[in-house]
Amino acid sequence: MSRLMPIVLAALAWLAPAQAAEVSVAVAANFTAPMQKIAQTFEQDTGHKAILSFGSTGAFYAQIKNGAPFHMLLAADDETPAKLEREGLGVAGSRFTYATGRLVLWSRQPGLVDDKGEILRSGTFERLAIANPKLAPYGAAAIETMTKLGVLTEVQPKIVQGENIAQTYQFVATENAQLGFVALSQLMSDGGIAQGSAWIVPAHLHAPIRQDAVLLAPGKLNPAATALLAFLKNEKARAVIRAYGYEL
Amino acid sequence: MAIPLSHESLQAVGLTLKLAASTTALLLVVATPLAWWLSQTTSRWRAPIGALVTLPLVLPPTVLGFYLLVALGPQGPLGQFTQAMGWGVLSFTFTGLLIGSIIFSLPFAVQPIQHAFEAIGKRPMEVAATLRARPLDAFFTVALPLARPGIVTAAILSFAHTVGEFGVVLMIGGNIPGKTRVVSTQIYGHVEAMEYAQAHWLAAGMLLFSFAVLLGLALMKRRMDRILA
Repeated sequence: MSRLMPIVLAALAWLAPAQAAEVSVAVAANFTAPMQKIAQTFEQDTGHKAILSFGSTGAFYAQIKNGAPFHMLLAADDETPAKLEREGLGVAGSRFTYATGRLVLWSRQPGLVDDKGEILRSGTFERLAIANPKLAPYGAAAIETMTKLGVLTEVQPKIVQGENIAQTYQFVATENAQLGFVALSQLMSDGGIAQGSAWIVPAHLHAPIRQDAVLLAPGKLNPAATALLAFLKNEKARAVIRAYGYEL
Repeated sequence: MAIPLSHESLQAVGLTLKLAASTTALLLVVATPLAWWLSQTTSRWRAPIGALVTLPLVLPPTVLGFYLLVALGPQGPLGQFTQAMGWGVLSFTFTGLLIGSIIFSLPFAVQPIQHAFEAIGKRPMEVAATLRARPLDAFFTVALPLARPGIVTAAILSFAHTVGEFGVVLMIGGNIPGKTRVVSTQIYGHVEAMEYAQAHWLAAGMLLFSFAVLLGLALMKRRMDRILA
């Protein structure tokens, strides 16, 4: 028996890092920057590893339904996680809102967008970019805002759609569209909006853009997944999320 | 049985066919002289120009789409040019898509025509010259008819490839119904919106169309070979 001890110890030493597990996370495109930061802190604090995939929530839904091995979804909306839970692909009771997004009307051109969004009434622009309202909550919020302001009919012919909020940002950033509705989180750097002109859309003009997280069936028994879920509710992560312009 | 496609999907089908037909027509005009030059020249520019023409074959559409978006934008070289000409900015327009499609399908048009010209060899043109045909005459009455199988192949491939185009349209289209929303982006939209039934109808249609095109091409080749043999 004693002769076997060193081997047993060696085996245990080799197995020990297995306690530091891996969690693979599907992350909504608009949450890319904060999640990279959070994952870094998470790995330092817990020793677990977070493998991040960024993309659109609709595409992730289709992949998860077809057996993609994600442990967790950080969605861009609250509908998809609820749907996954109903369909038994999400772990019941694991859902929570990790961030609430803010919508911004933004232009690369300084001084183009005023701080009340009056530019929408003036019509002094050729193209306005929004995210596809059928797919992206930020797009739906943009339509809702323009409807409430009573400008949608006039603006409609000038609208171009990005497939998701990242592409919408790209249209405005390359000035192919003079202005567009993007996520505040995309513009934030060092605690403020870095360039151009912007109007942060008041929250009462559209339904809150609730972004929910849900633990997925393959992650149910994964200690790293449980740890990350808890970490996202922790003040350290919440501070990062707030710094990127989300509300909590 | 009614066609189970929404009005928007039918509109996308119509737009796709219009884009593919326009692209094919313009491509044949551009590709034929280019292919002739590539097949005849001994210039040291032959290799680099040939490589440039083939580039869209290997570049991911995201690269082409991204550069087109930047180039067509108000600060980009193409955008500056089109604005100076009074045409405005062409991203998010049908013309913009047309430019993208022509670049994207260029190798599919140039290569079959170039191979056809090369297969003719020097002899028929020399014979035409000894019969006192001027070079341009000889090109239209000798080279072009002899290269017909290559030109037909080029047209079919350009058309089919444009119908199947996705990445470039997604990057510079802006998803405008009736202007830039084609079948492939419409399918993608349906999948993302979890409207799988609509996606299936369009996707199956695309599959059948592509298969029919390739099958037709193969059968045509076989017939041509038999005629030549």
